[in-house]
Amino acid sequence: MTFTIPIDNGDALKNAETDSQRTLYPYVTGTSIVAIKYKEGVLMASDMGGSYGSTLRYKNIERVKAIGKHSLLGASGEISDFQEILRYLDELVLNDNMWDDGNSLGPKEVHNYLTRVMYNRRNKFNPLWNTLVLGGVKNGQSYLGMVSMIGVSFEDNHVATGFGNHLARPILRDEWHADLSFEDGVKLLEKCMRVLLYRDRSAINKLQISKITEEGVTVSQPYSLKTFWEFQAFHNPTAGAQGSCGFPGGYLNEIF
Amino acid sequence: MDLNLDAPHSMGTTIIGVTYNGGVVLGADSRTSTGMYVANRASDKITQLTDNVYVCRSGSAADSQVVSDYVRYFLHQHTIQLGQPATVKVSANLIRMLAYNNKNMLQTGLIVGGWDKYEGGKIYGIPLGGTVVEQPFAIEGSGSSYLYGFFDLAWKENMTKEEAEQLVVKAVSLAIARDGASGGVVRTVIINSEGVTRNFYPGDKLQLWHEELEPQNSLLDILNAAGPEPMAM
Repeated sequence: MTFTIPIDNGDALKNAETDSQRTLYPYVTGTSIVAIKYKEGVLMASDMGGSYGSTLRYKNIERVKAIGKHSLLGASGEISDFQEILRYLDELVLNDNMWDDGNSLGPKEVHNYLTRVMYNRRNKFNPLWNTLVLGGVKNGQSYLGMVSMIGVSFEDNHVATGFGNHLARPILRDEWHADLSFEDGVKLLEKCMRVLLYRDRSAINKLQISKITEEGVTVSQPYSLKTFWEFQAFHNPTAGAQGSCGFPGGYLNEIF
Repeated sequence: MDLNLDAPHSMGTTIIGVTYNGGVVLGADSRTSTGMYVANRASDKITQLTDNVYVCRSGSAADSQVVSDYVRYFLHQHTIQLGQPATVKVSANLIRMLAYNNKNMLQTGLIVGGWDKYEGGKIYGIPLGGTVVEQPFAIEGSGSSYLYGFFDLAWKENMTKEEAEQLVVKAVSLAIARDGASGGVVRTVIINSEGVTRNFYPGDKLQLWHEELEPQNSLLDILNAAGPEPMAM
């Protein structure tokens, strides 16, 4: 149900700006989602942060939700748009259940629906400002895909959004292989999440790892990762530096 | 497209909503400014939606007023049709509906707080954009920037009503000290199963912070209190 406050100022040209709704920029945003296929299904990791510009404002936002019986949806980007997408999917799943025909929406169908929604919104210059990750298992088949806010959609064995594109993907390309065990999968995701924690300003140290298998969905309790700071080079990086640079000799080395 | 990711709009006001063991306490400052001028130094930013649900308004005064007026209207109808008091969740969802669907035009951050018989005291934060976040406590408005650290330190679960109200008053008072867009008096509204209580804390009843001085009637009082001048014969 939508309710747009009715405005009437006559001028059709001026109305054009306010008539069509367009999300110009996001306000409350979630950062990366990282997900992989493993032996029994799909694992998805996300932190619980909602940033407001540079402020780490909300620290208890669940950015991965179960959809129907067979899918898991993770979202980065504007949280209000994610909440709206969940409402659309609620309606989709409800209508699917009302057929009462024993069939239920699989991850491929949900991914396709989301792709259509995201692409159509993009065409109207009013995108849902999210990058979505859709993972699931149906009839023994694992599925993992993602859709961006401009409607770019694809499937893969491992996906990452936001900063994860730059930091997690290389790790996954190197270390992912088919038939990972649950333990190895979790360790791989944690490796990625730790790097994101070190290097992504909008990451917070409170994450959840969700798993989906033929049996169903499990979302872990929120937890924090240990971080490592005890490199010798970290202890006293400016010792022996000339000036403010962090290495002996400093930039003056270049001149002399 | 211009991405404005690092500069969210700052909003005049400090508003706070806090749950405690048995209900909620809502608090706000009382300054309404147009540019640098204080248009109203004693405004009431805590607005009633129903008997048991109130909303704290921040940002554009006009936008927040029109949104609360619509939601009050919807909730009134809803209460008649339902036959019993509306829940806090429904109130928050109606605010969300307006805030999300009109996100391009509205500039208002709201905190919905109240008590209902199903869930007890609940606080919902609805920032710019129309995200709804259920929280044990919520802070909004330009003054809230100065309170993140304070709440990280001072917040505890299951406070008593008195502790919760003191926390809210202290917090709004601290924000007023540092935020130019917040000021005036501190108003609080306590909502629980027994009903609603409004309180009023004028500026001179609040404790003094760093580099603030005890207010006096006149310099003359200070000089006279200091006793006879030196070298008086």
